[in-house]
Amino acid sequence: MASEGVDKLPEVGHEQVPVVRSKVVWLVPVLRLLAFFATLSATLVMALNKQTKTIVVATIGTVPIQATLTAKFQHTPAFVFFVIVNGNASLHNLLTLVVSFVCKKFDYKGLVPLTITVLDLMNVAFISGGVSAAAFMGQLGRDGNSHARWNKICDKFETYCNHGSGAIIASFIGLMLMTSISTISLVRLRNNYNRIVLNSSVGV
Amino acid sequence: MIFSKRIAVFVLRLLALGASISATAIMITSRETVDVLNMKFEAKYTNSPTFVYFVLMNAIASGYSLILLFFPAKSKFGHFILVLDFIMVLLLDSSISACLAIGQVAKKGNSHAGWLPICGQVHKFCDHAAIALVAGFVASILYFIIVLYSLHNVMNLFTLKN
Repeated sequence: MASEGVDKLPEVGHEQVPVVRSKVVWLVPVLRLLAFFATLSATLVMALNKQTKTIVVATIGTVPIQATLTAKFQHTPAFVFFVIVNGNASLHNLLTLVVSFVCKKFDYKGLVPLTITVLDLMNVAFISGGVSAAAFMGQLGRDGNSHARWNKICDKFETYCNHGSGAIIASFIGLMLMTSISTISLVRLRNNYNRIVLNSSVGV
Repeated sequence: MIFSKRIAVFVLRLLALGASISATAIMITSRETVDVLNMKFEAKYTNSPTFVYFVLMNAIASGYSLILLFFPAKSKFGHFILVLDFIMVLLLDSSISACLAIGQVAKKGNSHAGWLPICGQVHKFCDHAAIALVAGFVASILYFIIVLYSLHNVMNLFTLKN
């Protein structure tokens, strides 16, 4: 395993295997900060998404009967999943940001960066599921489905639809940022693994 | 040691290919025509853009797996293949999640929006689509296992250097 190879090396001579410390160390923390803001804003905008509308249903004589309809995000399970997943991802981004500042020797060897990368992969998968479910439910609300006799609701609840689409866009941006973070981490881990394995086989 | 790891990844890719091809095929052949009150209802997978997206993503993933099964192991493509695997996981995951959301509306309806469930009228189409979704779910899990396996144990599988 990679950690065993690293532990054997100091006897050989530590300068024989330079650990890959890239020149652009600030790239991943900056991306994580942006991703944290994107997912946090997506969570908050969708969680506070609510619109109440009073419409006249019928008229008896001269007295109009009004009904109050509310559109909340809890009505749709896809949006509930969206809020939960984005909250989870923003918490993960915050915690890994704190860890990467506190832990100074964060140089892509050992168990901790591997765990963070695997958790990152899982969170990217969750966010992609949540954002696509919310996007397709939004498309259904905006266009309706004539084959299933489902009417569109966005012409009546415009503010609700606009806020929802803003939250989905923010989550897409967060998804792209988190995908780049995961890709960079995967490539760096693989580089380190290759370098350590190649050097240890040369040393033996 | 190397050969057994190579066999394991080959078997995983074969299973993932089978799952995504079956998901595509089952969804494409799901079709039902129902006569209700002298009106013909036809339920196809093209009625909903979500199911079209599902079929497209599974077709892309099965084409990718098919090409990769016959790919000779080269060292310089290892990074690229890992990133492509990861992108396939994201695409499949998003397609299955969107289909589950739409399927839940079709089965239970949404009383707040005035959307009635349609699975009562076209229940054979609903069952057929549900089977396709199960196959798509299995495919996405298998692709995720492939990415995790590459990351954990055999990250330079395509170089075969040790």
